[in-house]
Amino acid sequence: MIKIKNLTKKFGEKPVVKDVSVHIQKGKITSFIGPNGAGKSTLLSAVSRLIKHDIGEIFIEDKEIKKWKNNDLSKKIAILRQSNFLNVRLTVRELISFGRFPYSQGRLTEEDWQHVEEAIEFMDLHDLQDSFLDELSGGQRQRAFIAMVIAQDTEYILLDEPLNNLDMKHAVQIMKILRRLVDELGKTVIIVLHDINFASFYSDYIVALKDGKIIKQGPTDEIIDQVNLKEIYDMDIPIRTIDQCKVCVYFA
Amino acid sequence: MRSRTKLIILFVIALILIGLFLLTDLSFNWDYVLPRRTMKILAIILTGCAIAFSTVVFQTITNNRILTPSIIGLDSLYLLIQTFIIFAFGSAHMTLMNQHVNFIISVILMVIFALLLYHFLFKREGQNIYFLLLIGIIFGTFFNSLAEFMQVLIDPNEFQVVQDRMFASFNNVNTDLFNISLILMVLAALYFLRFAKYLDVMALGKDHAINLGVNYDSVVKQMLVVVAIMISVATVLVGPITFLGLLVANVAYQFLKTYRHRDLILGAMLISVIALVGGQFIVERVFTFTTTISVIINFIGGVYFIYLLLRESRA
Amino acid sequence: MKLRYLVIALIVLSIVSLFIGASSIRIFDIFSMTELQTQIFIQSRIPRLISIVIAGASMAIAGLIMQQLTRNKFVSPTTAGTMDSARLGILVSLLIFTSASPMQQALTAFVFALLGTFVFMKILDNIKFKDAIFIPLVGIMFGNIIGSITTFFAYRHDLIQSITAWLQGDFSMIMSGRYELLYLSVPILFIAYFFANKFTIAGMGEEFAINLGLNHKQVVNIGLIIVALVTAVVVLTVGVIPFLGLIIPNIVSIYQGDNLKKNLPHTALLGAVFVLFCDILGRVVIYPYEIPIGLTVGVIGSGVFIYLLLRRRQYA
Repeated sequence: MIKIKNLTKKFGEKPVVKDVSVHIQKGKITSFIGPNGAGKSTLLSAVSRLIKHDIGEIFIEDKEIKKWKNNDLSKKIAILRQSNFLNVRLTVRELISFGRFPYSQGRLTEEDWQHVEEAIEFMDLHDLQDSFLDELSGGQRQRAFIAMVIAQDTEYILLDEPLNNLDMKHAVQIMKILRRLVDELGKTVIIVLHDINFASFYSDYIVALKDGKIIKQGPTDEIIDQVNLKEIYDMDIPIRTIDQCKVCVYFA
Repeated sequence: MRSRTKLIILFVIALILIGLFLLTDLSFNWDYVLPRRTMKILAIILTGCAIAFSTVVFQTITNNRILTPSIIGLDSLYLLIQTFIIFAFGSAHMTLMNQHVNFIISVILMVIFALLLYHFLFKREGQNIYFLLLIGIIFGTFFNSLAEFMQVLIDPNEFQVVQDRMFASFNNVNTDLFNISLILMVLAALYFLRFAKYLDVMALGKDHAINLGVNYDSVVKQMLVVVAIMISVATVLVGPITFLGLLVANVAYQFLKTYRHRDLILGAMLISVIALVGGQFIVERVFTFTTTISVIINFIGGVYFIYLLLRESRA
Repeated sequence: MKLRYLVIALIVLSIVSLFIGASSIRIFDIFSMTELQTQIFIQSRIPRLISIVIAGASMAIAGLIMQQLTRNKFVSPTTAGTMDSARLGILVSLLIFTSASPMQQALTAFVFALLGTFVFMKILDNIKFKDAIFIPLVGIMFGNIIGSITTFFAYRHDLIQSITAWLQGDFSMIMSGRYELLYLSVPILFIAYFFANKFTIAGMGEEFAINLGLNHKQVVNIGLIIVALVTAVVVLTVGVIPFLGLIIPNIVSIYQGDNLKKNLPHTALLGAVFVLFCDILGRVVIYPYEIPIGLTVGVIGSGVFIYLLLRRRQYA
């Protein structure tokens, strides 16, 4: 379980995350939602130790994040950020094999390659495995990066807006994969999402942020509610139920 | 062709060039010429390796392929520190012993400055690469002017003489400091070995490196220390060659087409030795000393640099 | 800052400048000078003062014009290859004419400076990415390349010594009979004043200028000719004075805004005052020796440039 207690992060003088406390359930998809500048990405970066927080504590499996050894933590928790521009030219397979670095320190064993194969299999990248990343489309590239994270074989997988710049088809594809990661492999996924409907359709829990503070958290079904959404987004968003799923109609 | 084959080819070319340099035009007094040439070529090889190594490592930790330690002015900084030490303690004490002490003090100061530079320039989020480049180049000019300024102050009458006597160049290789340079370089390389495995991962960028368990800030700082030592060694032996690092590192990326730093660093070192020894051979024997190799390297490097800039800006 | 403070500073520094030097001439000697003193005064001190003032003012103006034309605060003869091209021109004139007259040298230097700046402007046209930082970067590299060509040929023909002399601006060799070429810059400065508004409009871009009924090409060309001529003359008589055309207009625009016509006199005066100050500094620090002006300005100029860059960063 991941427990965040009274977390505060400032950039310069300006606090971006203010006194945030959250418990994240194992084996579920938890979505962070909220308007631009709410502090979602910052919170995710702090949990994944990409940035250091100022005040508060983050417990991963009952151990504070600063007490974890870097290498041990990288076997526990994996993060994928929005921009995945690389300066080096790698094939899909080479990229995925980097996911084994925490275990092998660069010298991959038989077992490591086994994990790489499984990740390729899981993400259906068999035909693309020898293509270079810069030859792929946005959706394919995103799948390759997720495969790398799968090869890293961590319990927790954190993703910062993984649907950015993807068309509908690929966005849905990615979300289905994340669902499978949780349902089939028992992973815990934490994800920052922009589109409220993806959160509604695919996540188990929702944490809503606004101005650096958490204003709502709970099971998806409870959060997706016209009163709550009004509070989060300052918009009147009607909700329709289609095939037992709540759809937020925010266009009008 | 596999990386190993390419590296072997480079190695053979380097050996041939070294052989040519040592053995052609050996006149009858070879027992006088040969040791001198050997010393000179060893200094050149050491320099070439130091520059290639530090450039590749520097580009990986700063995550780009245009910035190099020389372009952002680190070797000018070394000259400035040297001048300052001589300025502070007087040029009369330029004995061998003092030279060693000066060198060590300079290296220590270089390391401190490199860490400061990292702290102020690179650590801030979202720095524009062109901004870093321009600032670096101007810092280089600033360090250079300041160094020359102090040289004039040291001995206004014989400014040019002071400059030639105190500072190495390709026609004036500093072999006095060869041994201590070699020791420093080997120590730095040994120290570096512990971190070598991280380079491939760090090339993916800061976020990925941290995600994969690299203790990023601490590793970067320690690698910068190694880079600063290497730059000092290279500059004290043959003086600054601004664009050599940029050229050899990028040629190595192009030629080897791999992401593995073990091969990249080795390849860049060999290419660097080939460029310097080959260049020096041509300069000494073909142009018969009427030009210096750093002029040629700076010309080619400058053109290549503009090409890189224009290409990057289009992407 | 009022214009009159600059004028006062210029006058005070000029007087100081006249009475500093290896052979002492005190200010109250002025009416009772020995023949030797008179000679030094007329042959060396006054020409030096005049050349400093002209060189400082005209290099600053040249920088201002370039910045207007490219609409980029960091473009100047130092950061666009103009200075290096002028030096290459001088070298070529030395190679072609065995004993080139100053006029021949000036002409070749001018032609090269003009060509070099044109090439730079052409490169600019082909860059889609007009980042304020990126352009001077390309310019500096372009200058470096031309510089290494110069060094290469200078080495081949044993002219390194003479070419280094032009690398480092130095007023100590200025004497009557060797600086008069600089007077060429004076009428040019007036032409610059006359064209000031047109340069601003031309800088807004070709379409914009044509829309306002301006012959864009012609105005740009006149601007470049002025810059090249001034640079060639200064490099030939004094040597390279780096960063001057860059920092002075920037400082003026910090306290004065960006009205070109209003800024021209300020820029010219501040340029002169700055060079005068640096020159006096260089003559005092290791008296009775002196530090070449190129070095003094190089240290202060690059320092100020770094400050300007960091400052821009904060406001951007």
